[in-house]
Amino acid sequence: MTALVEVKGLDKAFGGVHAVEGVSFSVEAGQVYSVIGPNGAGKTTLFNLITGLYTPTKGEILLNGESTAKLEPNELAERGMCRTFQQMQICMNMTAIENVMLGRHLQLKSSLFTTLFRLPSLRRNEAAARKRAAELMEYVGCGDYLDTDASAMSYGALKRLEIARALAAEPKVILLDEPAAGLNAVETAALEELIRKIADQGTTVMLVEHDMKLVMGISDRLLVLNYGRVLAEGTPEEIRQNPDVIAAYLGG
Amino acid sequence: MLNTFMQSRLRGLMILALILIILPAFLGNPFHYELVTQMAIIAATVVGLNLLVGFAGQISLGHAGFFGLGAYFTGIATGTYGWPSVPALVVGAIVVGFIAWIVGRPILRLKGHYLSMATLAVGFIIAIILNNERALTGGPDGMPVPAFEVFGWELSAFGSYSLFGIDIEGFQAWYIFASVVLLVAVWFALNLIESPIGRALRSVHGSEVAASVVGVNTAKYKSLVFVISAIYASLMGSLYAHFQGFITPAVASFEFSILFITMVVLGGMGSTFGVIIGAVVLKLLPQVLADFQELEHVMFGLILMLTMIFMPKGLLPTLTAFVSRKMRKKAGGEA
Repeated sequence: MTALVEVKGLDKAFGGVHAVEGVSFSVEAGQVYSVIGPNGAGKTTLFNLITGLYTPTKGEILLNGESTAKLEPNELAERGMCRTFQQMQICMNMTAIENVMLGRHLQLKSSLFTTLFRLPSLRRNEAAARKRAAELMEYVGCGDYLDTDASAMSYGALKRLEIARALAAEPKVILLDEPAAGLNAVETAALEELIRKIADQGTTVMLVEHDMKLVMGISDRLLVLNYGRVLAEGTPEEIRQNPDVIAAYLGG
Repeated sequence: MLNTFMQSRLRGLMILALILIILPAFLGNPFHYELVTQMAIIAATVVGLNLLVGFAGQISLGHAGFFGLGAYFTGIATGTYGWPSVPALVVGAIVVGFIAWIVGRPILRLKGHYLSMATLAVGFIIAIILNNERALTGGPDGMPVPAFEVFGWELSAFGSYSLFGIDIEGFQAWYIFASVVLLVAVWFALNLIESPIGRALRSVHGSEVAASVVGVNTAKYKSLVFVISAIYASLMGSLYAHFQGFITPAVASFEFSILFITMVVLGGMGSTFGVIIGAVVLKLLPQVLADFQELEHVMFGLILMLTMIFMPKGLLPTLTAFVSRKMRKKAGGEA
């Protein structure tokens, strides 16, 4: 079985700084795969490389066996990869549900002609997309905000909204960049529940997260980065007992 | 019944239609009709520009260039080469759309001030060409444009017609024609905005990164909306040329481009009906201020400045927010 996401010898340098250096790992379909590490370890850079926002200096990324080197982020989305951001990327000029419906973009192809005359097929598709978006918002727990302007929503609700938008694209793999950052304990517990639900439905989840309790609880495998390099890779149990990891985290 | 009408997504369009139907009761002479017809044509142009500026968040300071190209294409094709009006209008729009596509591909990679500069340059280049190609355009002296005609039926501002048994003057016929054009332009714009394409356009404004990770090809949508707004401008330029009967390179000038953008910003970026109000106000203001004579331009500038300071979101969005705040307060007081 080939890996869904495979990273080989990945290198990214910003000027003289190697944010990511010689990183290799692979993620099997259906896993919850987490990337952890101290601040500045290169986790977000790694995500930006995988999702095509950055171009690698060296190395290769394969999505479903296909090299992503020449693909733009929107082409990766077409191939089933979607993500959320540490610095949330929400369209503040739209309502909450429009943001989620934007996630249906790839499923909603309509010609300019159909659009200009608002033909019945477009109306049907829009109604269906709206229904699906409302279900997803309910699913992630912001069903009360359907027609609220995104700019009027709380931080926690927007975090969940961003996940709903990513799910709306029906991705094979979803990358969540610090979804628990800034959330309180109750919200984090709800998030853990949500990630589990997503994974149980067969979507592969890649996670960058600081909250150790959350990560250790839901991950199948973990990658530990330190100064851009792989410090350790393995199951939560292996990572917990790895002396290098303990040293890096506890400064011992 | 009334309630469902008020909630309808076409409510604004119906109100606009109503205003256009009632308006002639207040129009006394041909000059009024001329002014309102110009307003309608320019409002439709600005509705198209608003798709680019207000919804997709990309600026164009050279849109009069496309307006001018449409006007001159019509002028040259119908005047010099004797084409019928409709083919000239359509072919002109296709040519201008193609030019916009070619020009847009490289410059839409730019953002913010750099895009402003690039579009500004496009407008200037078009104006310079229209000024200098004397053999074709008549240069700065301008050129006459024949009346609009379809199948031998001529629509001239100076003619007289009979519509459903009612005798109407040419300027009235033009008013009706321009009103219908404006309504169709608005209807298309509304349909476009409330669609997957419209959402993609707005997401380019909201967050290009977010748009791209859910699969929106941002470069493609920027090109698309640039072309659509250029086609709006071209079509309206063609009609403007027919209506005026005479065009000069001023239709493609920098001042005209700035006027368009000011209408969008003043009326309310991203508000289709707002920008129509912007067009009406900016066409009307010089008429109203004419009494101030040499102070006209000072007053004009002052009014614009004060509006932008106190209503930074534009006329219509600010007023709507004000009214809904009042209504909520009232509803709250009753409860």
